[in-house]
Amino acid sequence: MKIKVSKGYRTFQIINTIIMILIVFATLYPFVYLVAQSFSSDKAVAAGKVTFFPVDFTLATYKYLLRDNKFFMYYANTILYSVVGTLISVVGTALLAYPLSKTELRLNKFFTPFVVFTMYFTGGLIPNYILITQWLHLGDTIWAVVLPGAISTFNLLLMKSFFAGLPKELEEAASIDGMGVYGIFVKIIIPLSKPIIATMTLFYLVGMWNEWFGPFLYLNQDSMKPISLWVRQLVEGANSVDAGSTAEASSVQATLKSATMVLTSAPIICVYPFVQRYFVQGMTMGAVKG
Amino acid sequence: MAKTKTKQAKSAYKEEPLLRHVKKNWKLYTFLILPIAYYVIFKYIPMLGNIIAFRRYKGGPNIFGERWVGFRYFEQFLKDPNFWKAFGNTLRLSIGYLLVRFPATLIFALLINEVRTKWWKKIVQTISYLPHFISLVVVCGMVKELLSSTGPINTLIAALGGDKIAFMSEPAWFDFVYIASGIWQALGWGTILYLTAMTNIDPGLYEAASIDGAGKFQQAFHVTIPGILPTIMTLLIMDIGNIITASNMQKILLLYNPLTQDRADIIDTLVYRMGISGGNFSYSAAVGLFSAVIGLVLVTSANYLSKKFTETSLW
Repeated sequence: MKIKVSKGYRTFQIINTIIMILIVFATLYPFVYLVAQSFSSDKAVAAGKVTFFPVDFTLATYKYLLRDNKFFMYYANTILYSVVGTLISVVGTALLAYPLSKTELRLNKFFTPFVVFTMYFTGGLIPNYILITQWLHLGDTIWAVVLPGAISTFNLLLMKSFFAGLPKELEEAASIDGMGVYGIFVKIIIPLSKPIIATMTLFYLVGMWNEWFGPFLYLNQDSMKPISLWVRQLVEGANSVDAGSTAEASSVQATLKSATMVLTSAPIICVYPFVQRYFVQGMTMGAVKG
Repeated sequence: MAKTKTKQAKSAYKEEPLLRHVKKNWKLYTFLILPIAYYVIFKYIPMLGNIIAFRRYKGGPNIFGERWVGFRYFEQFLKDPNFWKAFGNTLRLSIGYLLVRFPATLIFALLINEVRTKWWKKIVQTISYLPHFISLVVVCGMVKELLSSTGPINTLIAALGGDKIAFMSEPAWFDFVYIASGIWQALGWGTILYLTAMTNIDPGLYEAASIDGAGKFQQAFHVTIPGILPTIMTLLIMDIGNIITASNMQKILLLYNPLTQDRADIIDTLVYRMGISGGNFSYSAAVGLFSAVIGLVLVTSANYLSKKFTETSLW
């Protein structure tokens, strides 16, 4: 059916396109600026010449960064924490979500509210900090980074509702064939759950990659720090009181800061367009079934 | 987050003694051991750890404190002008952010919905979701770069003949920096639930409206908006319920500095500074507990209201 389009609406479409272009521009511009700055000379940055494109194009900053062993150390730490953290999180979430998805398990009447309650009331910063540093003594270990947030209850509920939606017949048939509970979980449930496992992996992976507050609280040794903390140190370094610092001092850092931020975000930006739909799926699924 | 209440049919298992039920299903229950241990250690022990708000604790492995002091720490912070300043800042920043973000996301979703070219719509969505996935550290770093004295914003201001603005050190500009960077990160992602709700609107309603002579604008006002009204209400009520708890401590820690602290310090950053930097564990635990309880009360009442008015709720 062709709907007659009024003149007013056509004008609106043009304005709407302009608004969309402006929003796209505003979203992308900070990235463009960072990249431009990271390929510019310190002098050009200090003079405020860089706006869209690199001025005095140079690879010096990246060469400097990539020759810096510390940079690789921080980067490797981020990769380590992301991989280990995601593995623990996905396994933990699946282990909990599976039994909770079974309505016939009577103790779920206790366990489900037990778990869900933590979405609304948490211990708070101080008790958590005391637990991890004073009681568990996890300070300066990888566990202080990956364990405290290991299971996200929101993710757990997503996975639980996915499991609950799987057809029961397959499990029943396997059970009749003599397959045990563990066998069913590993050989039937897991293969059927690839989409939700992919979504969970991405959620946790991005969260862990971007994590800075846990490491900030619990890691004091330089050799343990992830790249996010290094970025923070660079950013806080020269520019915190902008007006007071000399242009020279802040510009030497500016190219370095930008290059480090570019390299920190690059993996996410490169992979993101291809996995975007998993995130959106997860988000809408949570809204419908949560 | 919608959940419809269904009367659970009385299951046959009801008759079976609990012990026999557990014995029969013990293998399934073993899945729970590690995750529940996790919840006990990392969620419930800290929850109980809040007890130090009422007990003296000066560090060390006795994480539940040495002796009772009653409401001493609460009396202390309620008399502390810094607390009230932080309390006011928390409300001002959260409400200010909500007042800008909420309509902005809704309008953006309505505008995206009117984009007729499929590929363009896809591009706009993909790009506008992206900032949601960027690390806060990088976002705040970008903010500082963009707003620095040699950054593009100040260059533009200077080119237009204005005076450069020290955005990061001028307390009056903090709200702008906080809200604008928040919008940059949340605008696109915030549209997802609206857009999903819009795709669920029966296309027949649009046809009927156009047969009745409704133009595109009228269709948006009389079909689209009523169609997503439950989503709008639910999100609004939840946002109001989260007004204290959702305040973004991590972002403020990354953005504020001694010059802007007067305007930027919120309850959570106060807790951080007093407790972790300052070592006043009990005092800051009391502040934290106070705001967590207010948060819980707000979320609970929001949920109650949501249930009452929109028939959807979190639990």
